[in-house]
Amino acid sequence: MNPENYLYLASILFVIGAVGVLVRRNAIVVFMCIELMLNASNLAFVAFARLNGNIDGQVVAFFVMVVAAAEVVIGLAVIVTIFRTRRSASVDDPNLLKL
Amino acid sequence: MNAAAIAQLSEGGEQVISEATGIFGLTWLLIALPLLGAAVLLLGGRRTNGFGPLFATTLVGLAFLLGMVQFVQMVGEPAAGRSFVQSLFTWAPIGDFSVDVGFQLDPLSMAFVLLVTFVGGLVHVYSLGYMADDPDRRRFFGYLNLFVASMLLLVLASNYVLVYVGWEGVGLASYLLIGFWNAKAEYATAAKKAFVMNRVGDIGMSLAIMLMVTTFGTTAFSGVFSGVEEASSGVVLAIGLLLLLAATGKSAQLPLQAWLGDAMAGPTPVSALIHAATMVTAGVYLIVRSNPIFDLSDGARLAVVLVGVLTLLFGAFVGTAKDDIKKALAASTMSQIGYMILAAGLGPAGYAFAIFHLLTHGFFKAGLFLGAGSVMHGMDDEVNMRRYGGLRKAMPLTFITFFVGYLAIIGIPPFAGFFSKDKIIEAALADNVWLGAAAILGAGITAFYMSRVVFMTFFGERRWADDAHPHESPRSMTIPMVLLGIGSVVLGYVLYSGSRIVLWLEPVVGPEEEHELAIPVLAITAIIIAVTLVGVAVAYSMYLRKPVPVQAPLGTVLTRAARQDFYQDAFNESVFMRPGQYLTRFLVFFDNRVVDGFVNGSAALIGGGSARLRRWQTGFVRSYALSMLAGAVLVVGILVLVRL
Amino acid sequence: MIELLAATSPTSTGEAVAFWFLAPTAVVAAVMILLSRKAVHSALWMATTMIVLAVLFIMQGGIFLGVVQVVVYTGAVMMLFLFVLMLVGVDASDSFVETLRAQRVAGILLGAGFGVLLIAAVSRATFPEATGVGAANDAAGGHVEAIAEAIFTRYVFTFEVVSIVLITAAVGAMALTHRERLTPRRPQPELSVDRIRSAHPTPHPSPGVYAQHNAVDTPALLPDGTASEASVPDELRRQGTVRYTELEDARKQEDEDGEQG
Repeated sequence: MNPENYLYLASILFVIGAVGVLVRRNAIVVFMCIELMLNASNLAFVAFARLNGNIDGQVVAFFVMVVAAAEVVIGLAVIVTIFRTRRSASVDDPNLLKL
Repeated sequence: MNAAAIAQLSEGGEQVISEATGIFGLTWLLIALPLLGAAVLLLGGRRTNGFGPLFATTLVGLAFLLGMVQFVQMVGEPAAGRSFVQSLFTWAPIGDFSVDVGFQLDPLSMAFVLLVTFVGGLVHVYSLGYMADDPDRRRFFGYLNLFVASMLLLVLASNYVLVYVGWEGVGLASYLLIGFWNAKAEYATAAKKAFVMNRVGDIGMSLAIMLMVTTFGTTAFSGVFSGVEEASSGVVLAIGLLLLLAATGKSAQLPLQAWLGDAMAGPTPVSALIHAATMVTAGVYLIVRSNPIFDLSDGARLAVVLVGVLTLLFGAFVGTAKDDIKKALAASTMSQIGYMILAAGLGPAGYAFAIFHLLTHGFFKAGLFLGAGSVMHGMDDEVNMRRYGGLRKAMPLTFITFFVGYLAIIGIPPFAGFFSKDKIIEAALADNVWLGAAAILGAGITAFYMSRVVFMTFFGERRWADDAHPHESPRSMTIPMVLLGIGSVVLGYVLYSGSRIVLWLEPVVGPEEEHELAIPVLAITAIIIAVTLVGVAVAYSMYLRKPVPVQAPLGTVLTRAARQDFYQDAFNESVFMRPGQYLTRFLVFFDNRVVDGFVNGSAALIGGGSARLRRWQTGFVRSYALSMLAGAVLVVGILVLVRL
Repeated sequence: MIELLAATSPTSTGEAVAFWFLAPTAVVAAVMILLSRKAVHSALWMATTMIVLAVLFIMQGGIFLGVVQVVVYTGAVMMLFLFVLMLVGVDASDSFVETLRAQRVAGILLGAGFGVLLIAAVSRATFPEATGVGAANDAAGGHVEAIAEAIFTRYVFTFEVVSIVLITAAVGAMALTHRERLTPRRPQPELSVDRIRSAHPTPHPSPGVYAQHNAVDTPALLPDGTASEASVPDELRRQGTVRYTELEDARKQEDEDGEQG
């Protein structure tokens, strides 16, 4: 098997995540899709690390995980706050920033 | 510099200018005193209401005393050493060119200092009575002080830029005081008219200064006058004509004379001080002060003479037709200043007489105006002479002082005007017979219209309004009138005897040129007096023998034209104002349609485009995410395509 | 086995088998995230994908990363997701009706286009012979040592910055979810005095008494069959998530109609 297959898999997962962000309204699911995209990129990093015989790709993937964790913490806090005031977890409801 | 050294230096007729020391070092104080008054009164606000008027009067009095002390000291100096300069600081150093704040005190400016502070002081005292009931008294006195300070700056400055500062300062004070009762729209318009017409003249002044800077590299009197001999005749002529333009604006000479009649809207003391005695004579001062320039240009002098002659006749004719006592006097002022300008245009033969007439005129015309003010004060601000008549008995003191001024202005010996006007006519005759004839004619008309004023006001039957109760004015008003009346009597002889005024001004304007006359001087004097008496007689037959109708008769074409200032306003309106308005309207149209159209059009374009683009801002996060993905697709697509 | 996988390069048959089994699993799980109506199901599919990815990491020599993936993602992050889901309402089931015009079609088309582009780019690229990270591990004396060396030497600044981000995120989450107390805290004696003076000095009825459930959101039934409002927590009533019986719902409806009439 060719190691490039990991990259194809990463591409497919990324696209699925992106489409999920676009089509789902539930903020939590949208968030999961974002995490899916991050994971897909992690997979690509790890595959590149292997292809190049270099540990750096794995380190970058590690940092991505840390940043993703931070993002999740803040994002979920935002969702909770919005839910408290608007009683809804839909990303379409807070659409007040327009004329 | 000691007297012996000056005497030695002056052998060659050179004027020696020395650094001001001693009492002359206080020259700056002359200006600072009234300026302080103006600052205190105008910035101090209501707190100064109580003591303000008296304070302002005191400061002008102090300035007069200081001027008097300086005058006495100056008389003690030898004739050639009477000029002093004082440089306070460098105001604007620009490379090689610099403007100093400096003063020049010489016999010419000394004469003006005394005139301005003396008449100014008297007018202040007079105003204490005249303006006693005005709620804005403080502002009035603040403006008066501002005027005195500016006028002193004008006559004391040692360079043209500083003269310009004073020139504008008196213009400003004049504007403020003409429009002092600016609640009346027509008074405010009169003030604006005076300001705008003065501005036209000021263009001449500023252009002359710029020409001096480029030609001589300096604006100081000393530098300009020493450099003028090397300058080309064209430049000298140009500077002379520009200075003349400035003078015509400030001194209400043709063709910029139209503002003076309307300027009578201001309180009467203002008319006496600014529009008779001092500010309007600034043009004469400017020409006499610039005598080295005019000496070198026959063309400029000719223009000055023409302006003077035309204005003296114009003013005299207008004066015959006016029923408003102040406007009649204003026309007279115009005419008398015409005499001065005529004299100044005659060159060295006439400079001294121009100043001579200026000084005597300052006294008797201020006296006449104060008298007119007194009459108005007693007649509930009625200015129409057809409503006066027989006031001789009601206000005897006013009548006497006014009558003295009247005798002085028409030139009855030995009153002041006789000497000064006589000398001007003589000089004009010596220069050109037609000039002399015009000046004599002017004297005759002067006699006619002034007699008309006196007869209509003080003689004949009463034509008062029913509710008029004429009464003599308070002491504070009559005392200045009496003092000015005394001046009108004696000043002419005092200055004339022994050629005092000529000798006094000689260091500044040079020696008087001897002129030869075809006929003896006595004969000329006799002719002038005869013409004057004819004028008086005609007025007598028209206004004293016959009753004066309360309603002005229609009159001849000439009378109607003179009443309308010979359609000067109509001329200005149709030649300058209307085309100017059309131009403005066109520019406004151009600005509204073309310029604004372009600007508004582009704004509308952007606005319309934005309104369409705005649809993209749905407020839905997912729409934004979609456009982000679209952007990403685009970028990646381009990257992939480029790499292919 | 792990040593073998990590060191093997290029791919072994075992890895190929594992990949062809795991990759479809991951793709299906990912698609299911999108297709689940209930967020909880999405979360479970998400966990599946992540575990698969962890295995894929390990298969490529990222042993440490794989473990971290399981611990951090599947353990901590997914727990957080579920926790928030519980808070927001676990039962809510999403509608699949698209409200934004053409959003779904455009999203899918763009996604597909993006995928095509990515795959085209990958397929056109030339890669070096896959060497694996074995050599790098050996140079540092072991896999974890190699990662540690990279993090704490070359990437130490990144590491510090990321730490700051993490701390800031923690503080930020507290700030966001913190609610200021609007009224002063009432002490126990005051509360007990109020309680004795109130109409109900006795404890409130427990939820679920005589009811069909004994869940906390199900009100107790009074002897006449009506629901006892006092038996459910105030918070639930405020949220409106109390489960009334059908009978009670009908009665409430009648009350509203009566008020309107």
